[in-house]
Amino acid sequence: MGSRKLLLLVIILGLSQMCRAQSPTYGVGRTPTPEEIHKWDISIGPDGKELPPGHGTATEGAAVFVRKGCFTCHGEKGSNGPAPTLIKSDGKTKSAYPCLTPCVNDLNLMSIHSPYATTMWDYINRAMPLTKEGTLKPNEVYALVAFLLYNNGVIKEGEVMDAQSLPEVKMPNRDHVGLAPEWKHGMPRLQGYP
Amino acid sequence: MSSEGSGRRKFLRDSAALIGLAAGVVPAADAQQMSHAEAPPKDNKECKDNKDLIAYGERSRYVKSVRIPVMERMSPDDFGMTFHVLSPLQDSVGIITASSLHYVATHRGSYVPDINPEEHRLMIHGMVDRPLIFTVEELKRLPYVTRTHFLECSGNRAKATHKTVQQTHGMTSCSEWTGVPLSLLLKEAGVQSGASFIVAEGAETVKGATSIPLSKALDDCLVCYGQNGEAVRPQHGFPLRLIVPGYEGIHNVKYLRRIKLVEKHYMTYNDYGHLAADSRVAALNRQVGPKSIITFPSGEQKLPGPGFYEITGLAWSGSGAIRSVDISLDGGQNWTSAELRSPAYPMAHTRFGFHWTWDGKECVIMSRSTDELGTVQPSRAEIAKYWEKPNDADLQIRGLDNSIFPWRVASDGSVHNGLA
Repeated sequence: MGSRKLLLLVIILGLSQMCRAQSPTYGVGRTPTPEEIHKWDISIGPDGKELPPGHGTATEGAAVFVRKGCFTCHGEKGSNGPAPTLIKSDGKTKSAYPCLTPCVNDLNLMSIHSPYATTMWDYINRAMPLTKEGTLKPNEVYALVAFLLYNNGVIKEGEVMDAQSLPEVKMPNRDHVGLAPEWKHGMPRLQGYP
Repeated sequence: MSSEGSGRRKFLRDSAALIGLAAGVVPAADAQQMSHAEAPPKDNKECKDNKDLIAYGERSRYVKSVRIPVMERMSPDDFGMTFHVLSPLQDSVGIITASSLHYVATHRGSYVPDINPEEHRLMIHGMVDRPLIFTVEELKRLPYVTRTHFLECSGNRAKATHKTVQQTHGMTSCSEWTGVPLSLLLKEAGVQSGASFIVAEGAETVKGATSIPLSKALDDCLVCYGQNGEAVRPQHGFPLRLIVPGYEGIHNVKYLRRIKLVEKHYMTYNDYGHLAADSRVAALNRQVGPKSIITFPSGEQKLPGPGFYEITGLAWSGSGAIRSVDISLDGGQNWTSAELRSPAYPMAHTRFGFHWTWDGKECVIMSRSTDELGTVQPSRAEIAKYWEKPNDADLQIRGLDNSIFPWRVASDGSVHNGLA
């Protein structure tokens, strides 16, 4: 056998091995349709590539905040209600309500805690308002996010939030998040920690 | 039916005759003796409910052990929501927590969904060659494993105001979990290069979702439909729950409906509370460190007097199996090995015991576990030193608190929180 033929054999064997490794073993379950995947996929990552079409401003958001009853739990202006406070404290007013667990205090507000505004969009879209989760339209979610960003001093009043502008918002913690080291089997919780 | 029935009756009749024969050989004098067995007391009532006896068993009405809500936020709360409830560790025996007594922590107090398993689906998509959707029945056709694993909520943090071990440590429990290895499902879908995280999502109202490293997902995670010999309970994620062994409770997504493979940490619903400026804190918020707690004698229990007692408790670690447990009877100055009284499974509660003869003097008792990596459960002083903070009541322990916990046994036998 010539060395060229041998090489060909090695390549063929290698390719067939690769194909075998990649093909399903059990063949149980079915392939979802693209429509099914699109309907189910409500995960919005930091680069916002899954964000749907739509847009909203802080002014529109203020109206949605009232219309959808957000104020009944979060307080008239997004703070001083029984649900977690959404607006940065002015440092003077003290909430009459105890901080809910997980207690994120005024300096580390849940609405602007994440380094990306996509977290807020993802959160409101999937989980608000309480008992009517999943009913908000994309425009309403964009508007609510704009409302909260504006009232926390992150964006200007007239800024339009949409699939392009939202991931670009420079959040206060953009440069202040450290993710855990890459996880490997058998690694301790934190090297050097007692 | 009739021939079978009469056959069975004949067997019983013949057996009775044999027993009669046997009785016949007993000396006559014995026949006049009083019964050796104790007659039932007159007020002895039998458990009457045959429904329970046959269909689904109940515990004795004399056993009163129950869960309680966390002190810091009552359930139901202002919104009518159930928040976190604590497992009665003071009554625990062995290493398995009865599903009815397993601690419960919910996504921001969401209601427990009433899911019809026939309508439930699990979808795997994102950075895979073949997106897949499974019914629960289809998942049950696949090869499965059964493993024992603890769960623990990141809020399982002892405070000086807590009185009992249920309050100090009740947000951990341990079950036998049965399900399909997630690695099998991911291989079936074909993981694409560049994927580094999964986003796991539940089907409850808020669709709680968490980012988990793909390396962990491919290592030992399980998509479970079984818990402690039966279907996973609704409180714990029926019909499917993702078990992420050794990771903080919030990663173990209930009502699992979707797994999306992505290229980076997605900072989604359940993640935001764990985002930290310091990557060391993020690591401490992920994998549970070696931990242990004495469940007897523990807070608000009372020793009747000096004498022999068996100190017992639970030890666990998110990094593997428990290798050993030590006991101190003098507030942490001297340590002696305890015995492991159960199998030490990886990432599972492990039961320890220690022979103790109490002299009736006040003392502070503690347990300390070491896991298979050799990591030793730290004291508060060691944690304070690591963060270069004073070891006082204001010390904030970052990540899940796995510090050594003291019980103070007073000279009257009463047991108290040693942090108080």
